[in-house]
Amino acid sequence: MEFLKLDHIHHSYFSSTQAKEVLRDINLDIREGEFVSFIGPSGCGKTTLLSIIAGLFPATEGKVFIDGEIIAPHNQALIGYMLQQDYLFPWKTIEDNVTIGLKIMQRDNKTHKVTANALLHEIGLPHVGSYYPRELSGGMRQRVALARTLAVNPKILLLDEPFSALDYQSKLKLEDLVVETLKAYQKTAILVTHDIGEAIAMSERVFLFSANPGMLHKVFEIPSELQQLSPFDVRQHPAYSDVFQTIWKELESLG
Amino acid sequence: MDNTLFKQYQQLLKKEKRFVRLYQIIILLVFFGGWELLSRLEWIDRLIFSSPTYVWQTFIEKVSDGTLTLHVGVTLMETIIGFIAGTLLGTLIATVLWWSPMLSKILDPYLVILNAMPKVALGPILIVALGPGYFSIIAMGALISIIITTIVVYTAFKGVDPNYSKVLQTFGATRWQTFKEVILPASFPTIISTLKVNVGLSWVGVIVGEFLVASKGLGYLIIYGFQVFNFNLVLMSLLIIAFFATIMYQVVELLEKVIIKNNG
Ligand SMILES: Nc1ncnc2c1ncn2[C@@H]1O[C@H](COP(=O)(O)OP(=O)(O)O)[C@@H](O)[C@H]1O
Ligand SMILES: [Mg+2]
Repeated sequence: MEFLKLDHIHHSYFSSTQAKEVLRDINLDIREGEFVSFIGPSGCGKTTLLSIIAGLFPATEGKVFIDGEIIAPHNQALIGYMLQQDYLFPWKTIEDNVTIGLKIMQRDNKTHKVTANALLHEIGLPHVGSYYPRELSGGMRQRVALARTLAVNPKILLLDEPFSALDYQSKLKLEDLVVETLKAYQKTAILVTHDIGEAIAMSERVFLFSANPGMLHKVFEIPSELQQLSPFDVRQHPAYSDVFQTIWKELESLG
Repeated sequence: MDNTLFKQYQQLLKKEKRFVRLYQIIILLVFFGGWELLSRLEWIDRLIFSSPTYVWQTFIEKVSDGTLTLHVGVTLMETIIGFIAGTLLGTLIATVLWWSPMLSKILDPYLVILNAMPKVALGPILIVALGPGYFSIIAMGALISIIITTIVVYTAFKGVDPNYSKVLQTFGATRWQTFKEVILPASFPTIISTLKVNVGLSWVGVIVGEFLVASKGLGYLIIYGFQVFNFNLVLMSLLIIAFFATIMYQVVELLEKVIIKNNG
């Protein structure tokens, strides 16, 4: 039984001068607890697709189902969304940043502090609750952003190039942390990335999109021996470069 | 080695600071000393330009008969209320415009016209409409800063990085929650910087208002002094205005430092 279902999604952006078709007939299913990646040339509509899944705006055509429920603005599923930058609120402490989602959803106030502390502990930053974002490094801030998305206990995580603004070392560490944490919480997740290696290292399946308009071009199943490993170890595995080559060639063929 | 270089650098900074202070004080002394001197030598007309000693005498006189406190108090009260009202109303209108993009589109040309219009020209109409009294003077102080506050703050609201709002919308935030948690706090630095501009504007509005109708206040003292040809009084009032306007500006700057510190 699929957990997320995209059913004939089309999307166009309209402006006063033109209608721009961005997504054409996207159909896909994702299982509960699965970690998948979307890759494709920039401008192929990956961010648009995530926004539609998140229910931020409706697709011009087609339906999104999460856990059997149809998604629309004002009927959003509980989703966690991570962006390219952390977008922590500079005027809030780390603790308040982590619990902002709970505050918005008006969940019981008393447990916020406990939740925040538990999550900060989980991401390896147990003592920064009273700090302000500017006092942390980029990698630490992105980890806090992960804690913020997990705080509301979302059904699905949407990660829109969350590592692309980080230095390589922080990126590798954060990849491991994200995979580990999501496995522990058994979360379903979609990662958007332009880094083929990252997609292979982190996910179980890779969805390749082509551009103009964005269409689902091909789906790659990552070999199960790679799926067992942490992202860092996947990159060292002999099977890794074969998979990389396959996806690379396919991406190249898109021009 | 590093340490001694650093000490030298610090000393250099200190020296520079002392130098600047010194010249600032010299300018002040030359200004008042020169003024006094020119007036005593009768190179300038004492009746019109007065002199620091005369101004000081007038000041002592007015303080001891208790009238000065009254005038200063009235003007300060009008300015502070006008300034706060102008800023709050401007921000409120900006909020309404942000809330309703349609309304903001409709009102856009009117904002431009109102902004271009010299607000003090509305003085007589205000006085007729609101009656000659504190109320119309405060209204002048507020009116002069409302439109510019509206425009600046609204622009700041719209300039907030939409990704911050996106973060909240993924949690299902309402428009009001988005405003309260993101738009408003992100715009605080801009609002504070309009406060600095509005301090000056409110003084203009209030003094002009007092020129027109008042029977109390520093603006009234200036007009009264002018009418009875007592320029000691006029210049004293000017110096007092300069003093209090500076203090208000400094207070706002202090506020800015406190707020920005937690915002950057
Ligand atoms: N709000 C919008 N209005 C109009 N066009 C948009 C908007 N957002 C994105 N686009 C266009 O849609 C296309 C896909 O954008 P996006 O989903 O951001 O792609 P990706 O994330 O894959 O780089 C791009 O050509 C972009 O210019
Ligand atoms: Mg994108």
